[in-house]
Amino acid sequence: MATTRHTILFWLLFSGTVLLFVADISLGSVTIPVREVFKSLFGSSSKETWDYIIVNYRLPKAITAVLVGFGLSISGLLMQTLFRNPLAGPYVLGLSSGSSLGVALVILGSAVMPGIVGHFMVSSYGIILASCLGSLLVLVAVLLVSKRLRDTSAILIVGLMFGSFTNAFVGVLAYFSTAEQLQKFTFWSLGNLGNLSWTSVSILSVSVLIGLLLSIATIKPLDALLLGENYAKSLGIRYQRTQRIIIVATSILAGSITAFAGPIAFIGLAVPHMAKLAFQTSNHRVLFVATLFFGAMVMLFCDIVSQVPGTDLTLPINAITSIIGAPVVIWLLLRKQRFNA
Amino acid sequence: MNQPILHTQDLQIGYKNAIASNVNLSLQPGKLVALIGANGIGKSTLLRTLTKIQPPISGDVYLGGKPISDYSSAERARQFSIVLTEKLPPSNLTAWELVALGRQPYTDWIGKLSDVDRQQITQAMALTQVTDLADKRHFTLSDGQLQKVSIARALAQDTPLIVLDEPTTHLDLVHKVSLLRLLKKLTLETQKCVLFSTHDIDLALELSDEMIVMSPQKTIQAAPSQLISDGVFDTIFKDEHIVFDVGKGKFIFRNL
Repeated sequence: MATTRHTILFWLLFSGTVLLFVADISLGSVTIPVREVFKSLFGSSSKETWDYIIVNYRLPKAITAVLVGFGLSISGLLMQTLFRNPLAGPYVLGLSSGSSLGVALVILGSAVMPGIVGHFMVSSYGIILASCLGSLLVLVAVLLVSKRLRDTSAILIVGLMFGSFTNAFVGVLAYFSTAEQLQKFTFWSLGNLGNLSWTSVSILSVSVLIGLLLSIATIKPLDALLLGENYAKSLGIRYQRTQRIIIVATSILAGSITAFAGPIAFIGLAVPHMAKLAFQTSNHRVLFVATLFFGAMVMLFCDIVSQVPGTDLTLPINAITSIIGAPVVIWLLLRKQRFNA
Repeated sequence: MNQPILHTQDLQIGYKNAIASNVNLSLQPGKLVALIGANGIGKSTLLRTLTKIQPPISGDVYLGGKPISDYSSAERARQFSIVLTEKLPPSNLTAWELVALGRQPYTDWIGKLSDVDRQQITQAMALTQVTDLADKRHFTLSDGQLQKVSIARALAQDTPLIVLDEPTTHLDLVHKVSLLRLLKKLTLETQKCVLFSTHDIDLALELSDEMIVMSPQKTIQAAPSQLISDGVFDTIFKDEHIVFDVGKGKFIFRNL
């Protein structure tokens, strides 16, 4: 048993996450010494502007990064086992595109909606709802099609097609919208961890928490699903029920995160593989915790890179995750010719 | 006679059209039962119906005297286990972890293994002689090894009945013999009933306690010797070149 190795790894991951969290808060366009960062976290630092930056800007941003890392990676882990495909993930299977469509309908189509409804829809709640429904819609569609496919790799193409379809729809919507709406939507679609108020961060936290709790309930059935649907059923797993919980959980996770932070690529696909490679196991109890930590670490790291330490420059987070994520996936593929989920 | 582990009453199986009707089977503890018949006759359909993967057209399957549909999926998982030929999805599972999954019907909500569970896993792996494969990843195992590990998993599930779908298919003669001898040993040592479908009729005749023969006309269950004296085997293959030799107790080829 590799338990001691796992314990050491978990401690490393935990310290790494804490370290990156502190680094993420400490680094940025305004240089604030680490000592002062701690002071403002647990009281107040020597400058009021520093307090303001830390508490109202950097802290919510770092928390958002952690939540995004948690949620996207876990939904990737669930989907890889459910679809028996190591390359599955919320972005690849078109969930993020579905969310985009939901958000696009809200942002670009709010003008057409009657007063109160329109007003509600552009609020955080409306965008979250539309986004979750969008990803749910695509996931259910992919699932329905995948039921009729024997080849599990074909579902990636199905996801891709649904992605193109929804993107095309978004394109049509964009064509008929005003410059102001379009700008708002474009900024959203580039992804952004910052600019979230504490209210938004709390809403996101609750959504991610619900998604994660639902996911925890599927840990045991997920282990059985490693043997395939028929074996899982013979082990007493209620397959339909498990499938439904996974659908709801991933839709909430991917939907709410995409609503607030924009479509973020590769985290859901790559992070579970980091956990699988590091821990060399398929046990979902271990993988779940490992994926959480890796997800948080990767997102914090991407966030640190995106704000380009020492400069005023902030790059869109989606660009960073893709620049880092795409080569990682290719490297993973090459490293493991026989790609194991 | 003891109460059978599983029995069927006027079972009619198939999807829309019936493949076999009036199937009346009874599986007793400690018996090795072989299911034989030509390709496409419905062996898999019968096994799928017995294990509730597929519903019967009419009639019913009874587990311990109770209709199979009265059991919850969790209860059913303690009544019978299955070994399939289908390939496992890609994963990092080791042989030990694979066998450990057999304990799922007994573990808590998050699947934590107790000492009893670990003991059962060790025992199952010892019985099937795969203990030394414990740390190997499942995709590095040979067909024969994987088959034995799958049987160990079914054993760990600790059910009165184990159902195997063509366990000897991809194996060479040596491994076929050793696998069937293993199944025989299991029925003797654990008093479980083992039902397996196979095309290796000669071997099944030698080793099994009872056979279920599916032919286009009917489905019969009896001891091998009884089946031979009743001339059942002549009805399996509709081919003049394959004849059953009663004296030798095996199939011979003629005028090839």
